[in-house]
Amino acid sequence: MANPTGVRKSFTHGEIGLAIALSVLALFSLIVAGKAHSSAYSFHAILFAAVSAYFVYKIIDRFHSRPAELPALEIDGKPNYNYGPIKFATIAALFWGIAGFTVGLYAALELAFPLLNFDLPWISFGRIRPLHTSAVIFAFGGNVLVATSFYVVQRTCRARMVGDLAPWFVVIGYNFFIVIAGTGYLLGITQSKEYAEPEWYSDLWLTIVWVVYLIVFMGTILRRKEPHIYVANWFFLGFILTIAVLHLGNNAAIPVSVFSSKSYIVWAGVQDAMVQWWYGHNAVGFFLTAGFLGIMYYFIPKRADRPVYSYRLSIIHFWSLIFLYIWAGPHHLHYTALPDWAQTLGMTFSVMLWMPSWGGMINGIMTLSGAWDKLRTDPVIRMMVVSVAFYGMSTFEGPLMSVKVVNSLSHYTDWTIGHVHSGALGWVAYISFGAIYCLVPWLWNRKGLYSLKLVEWHFWLSSLGIVLYITSMWVAGILQGLMWRAYNSLGFLEYSFVETVEAMHPFYLIRALGGLLFLTGAVLMVYNIWKTIASPEASAVPEARPAMVPAE
Amino acid sequence: MPDTYRAVAEFAQSWGLLYFFAVFVVVVLLVMRPSRKQRYDRAARLPLNED
Repeated sequence: MANPTGVRKSFTHGEIGLAIALSVLALFSLIVAGKAHSSAYSFHAILFAAVSAYFVYKIIDRFHSRPAELPALEIDGKPNYNYGPIKFATIAALFWGIAGFTVGLYAALELAFPLLNFDLPWISFGRIRPLHTSAVIFAFGGNVLVATSFYVVQRTCRARMVGDLAPWFVVIGYNFFIVIAGTGYLLGITQSKEYAEPEWYSDLWLTIVWVVYLIVFMGTILRRKEPHIYVANWFFLGFILTIAVLHLGNNAAIPVSVFSSKSYIVWAGVQDAMVQWWYGHNAVGFFLTAGFLGIMYYFIPKRADRPVYSYRLSIIHFWSLIFLYIWAGPHHLHYTALPDWAQTLGMTFSVMLWMPSWGGMINGIMTLSGAWDKLRTDPVIRMMVVSVAFYGMSTFEGPLMSVKVVNSLSHYTDWTIGHVHSGALGWVAYISFGAIYCLVPWLWNRKGLYSLKLVEWHFWLSSLGIVLYITSMWVAGILQGLMWRAYNSLGFLEYSFVETVEAMHPFYLIRALGGLLFLTGAVLMVYNIWKTIASPEASAVPEARPAMVPAE
Repeated sequence: MPDTYRAVAEFAQSWGLLYFFAVFVVVVLLVMRPSRKQRYDRAARLPLNED
């Protein structure tokens, strides 16, 4: 084919390397599939083989259709941002969001009406609960984090993302991990560690994907044109790096055989429990907090068109948050075999976390100073500010619940579930919705969203849903805790366990209704986003934002 | 074995605490230096000044 630039077209090192690696993986997976100890594991091996082989084909196909030269880093002196993988992750987040919320609603209904599992192992509560938690945290939240971090790091560094295939490998590889993990839960493949259920081979795959994620993110920072590394990038980097360490530490497992999905963890007993909750709580602290704080520090100033309220506070926020969070894990193991001092340590650090959390909340909300009217006029900014308010509320509730005497009442009850959801629905999901509402018009070059009215509906429906969810779980949890510890005058337990289960029924119904409202709001969002992307009348003009000059 | 445990625990409860507190104080002092004001004011506007 004639080549106007005169550059001879050849495979890049990345294309050759990845094609060879995937071919080897496909071949190896076929061998494993043939000799696998269980049909579920064999199914996963076939998936690995098929997907690897398909992407070897895609790499070659892409080579034939791409220009000889790779995309320029800059066009007319302006960075040539790479948005393709970000668009993919944004759409994936919407898909997994709906899937995860729906499974959550079904799990809630199973608790209210146990009959709904129809005696089928695949949809029993024990299997769909981890499917729900992983789908909302890692699939929905994870894709939002990948999309926003790739967007923010490019924009604030004024540089095109590092790598040609690497960013695509991150987004597709990550979503493939989710498919393997999720189908595994339904088929009964799990290592039974909370938020770390995927077995050894999924964990190895995620490790590779995550290292590439780190390289792409770090490489982009190193390539920056802007001398200062913006605070949101610090939060994203803290999130990526810590999750890598946590993932490796908590998955130090040895497989029974390469042909078996089963593995055993190297730590034993209480050590394993401690490592698990060091991981588990920092999944909350670094995945669900630090990463989403990165979103807060970029999207709220951008949408409100106001500078960060106090940049100094944001730096103190970052360092104190990451220094304190890493120690808070033992509060999940109060009154267990864990040494008393370790429990107290976890409790103390959890209480201290109050300060950076609230510092960050104040910083996020006060960024609106001088633009408070936008709370009334812009439902997207309202969603993000309410999310920061929920962040403040759940980081107040968390330290409270980590205090041993409070924990003796709240632990193992539905209060914990309510607390988790005020953080997950109120903080994580709301800031994600806000970011998606901002991001889609920016990525697809639309003037704005299809309908702000639909965003209003989304906001009010899901807010009502969250209120129903958390209030019902407070009442349920405290009732449950009090019933469990009630003694009669003869020193016997006042209630049998099943009586406490029966008492929960009305609250489970209210909770399911809350979940239904939240899901309905999310469906409106997907429709709105779909119309924004597909609507023909949307013009291809990027949002014009006159830069404000500080008054000095 | 119990002696090792006691030694580690005592070290963590005294010097560990002081070390953490000192790190915190250093971070606050570094961040609050008046000479940093201009740099931070510019950084606070970073998301708004993109092309």
